[in-house]
Amino acid sequence: MKTNKTQVILDKNGVSKTIARICDEIAQRNSAKNGLKDLAIVGIRMRGAHIADRIAVLLKSKYKAEVPLGILDITLYRDDLTTISAQPIVRSTEIGFDLTDRKIVLVDDVLYTGRTIRAAMDELVDFGRPRNIQLAVLVDRGLRELPIQADYSGVSISTTHRQIVEVRMKESDGRDEVVVNSP
Amino acid sequence: MNSKKIVFKRKDLLGIEELSREEIELILDTARGFKEVSIRPIKKVPALRGKTVVNLFYEPSTRTRISFELASKRLSADVINIASSASSVVKGESLTDTARNIQAMEVDAVVVRHPVEGAAFLLSRVLKASLVNAGDGSHEHPTQALLDMFTIREKKKKIEGLNVVIIGDILHSRVARSNIWGLTKMGAVVKVVGPPTLIPPRAQDLKVQVFYRPEEAFIDADVIMGLRIQLERQTSNFFPSIHEYVKDFCITPERLKLAKSDCLVMHPGPINRGIEISSSVADGACSVILEQVTNGIAVRMAVLYLLLAQKQI
Repeated sequence: MKTNKTQVILDKNGVSKTIARICDEIAQRNSAKNGLKDLAIVGIRMRGAHIADRIAVLLKSKYKAEVPLGILDITLYRDDLTTISAQPIVRSTEIGFDLTDRKIVLVDDVLYTGRTIRAAMDELVDFGRPRNIQLAVLVDRGLRELPIQADYSGVSISTTHRQIVEVRMKESDGRDEVVVNSP
Repeated sequence: MNSKKIVFKRKDLLGIEELSREEIELILDTARGFKEVSIRPIKKVPALRGKTVVNLFYEPSTRTRISFELASKRLSADVINIASSASSVVKGESLTDTARNIQAMEVDAVVVRHPVEGAAFLLSRVLKASLVNAGDGSHEHPTQALLDMFTIREKKKKIEGLNVVIIGDILHSRVARSNIWGLTKMGAVVKVVGPPTLIPPRAQDLKVQVFYRPEEAFIDADVIMGLRIQLERQTSNFFPSIHEYVKDFCITPERLKLAKSDCLVMHPGPINRGIEISSSVADGACSVILEQVTNGIAVRMAVLYLLLAQKQI
């Protein structure tokens, strides 16, 4: 009878623990010389931006680091604008700092084909020349179509194209969780 | 949060009359996202890479043409400007023949300004390319009305319920006509004021209130929109003299006092200083005339994006 199977990958607790771990890894890897001073966090709309926001809060409370926070809307950089059926709503990008020579941690919820990250990197370099760009994702579901990998990934799962990975964040969806729906 | 997803299905933007309130809101919402592009270090996004936009202007224009050109370029489209005076039009080529030839060069959008009402509509039936009306005679100038509504919404956070006064030559003004359609659809109370000869007959049918004295129309106004007195039409004796017009209808600081203290003063440009608007008002604290120009680029980017970004089925 049941055709749809839903599997919970991370519950509320799991989401916050995973984000905390990603935050620790970011701090360890980037605090070598001058602390976290030249670091910046940039989230991809919209759930990546929520995760980025939480990472920035944790970096402040745990590592006393004031890290600039930005938001990218990658709609205008998509490579599928002419083929998708409905235009996504365009929202604004908010990069309120100069990212030249900064280390940028790009944050998204799910890493899948890699095309979103490609678009995000194209947009980022239009704002300046960062020293480096690192990638943090909550879920890496495999199935890449471009040579892109995450520097920090919360959970890695293997999926098929027919499955749907849903990340829910309290800020936009009322609760924190990651589920996989299998048809 | 992201629940309302309206698709913009139109091939052309010919006028505000044909748009629904939802479509107007979608354009204004989209424009908000584009405004930020113009303050980036690199003022360009790749959304319309590989598309070609032709500006076909049969009437003089600086603001509108430059605005469309910048909007196209900031979306990475290629732009070609054709001014009728420097084209085969002077050799007697007809509008549709010119357009067909442009079409044969596989362009994606044509932005047209023409002195005859309905010119954009005529072309839209001939061309496969998307058509944007940049002003057809005294009929419509949709992107001007959209940028006016965008500016009002940005400043006042809403349009619904506002008192908007449009003053001047309503009869000949495509800006007034497009704004009347748009503002009434968005729920504003629209009042028009001018000499009786410059108010179109049956103006009330457009759901506007008609006044002949600014002293009455300006009371409690949230927005006052001036229009250019078209001096080139002054030969037709629509009012006794420029002096007389200034005395009765110029937007002066004294008249502005009748409006709300936070009233916006708008004008589509070019302004005739000291005729329809006094310099101290045009340059004063209430004036958002130059912000209208800034917003024009974002609004035209939104229009081109919505018309062109995904039309390949």
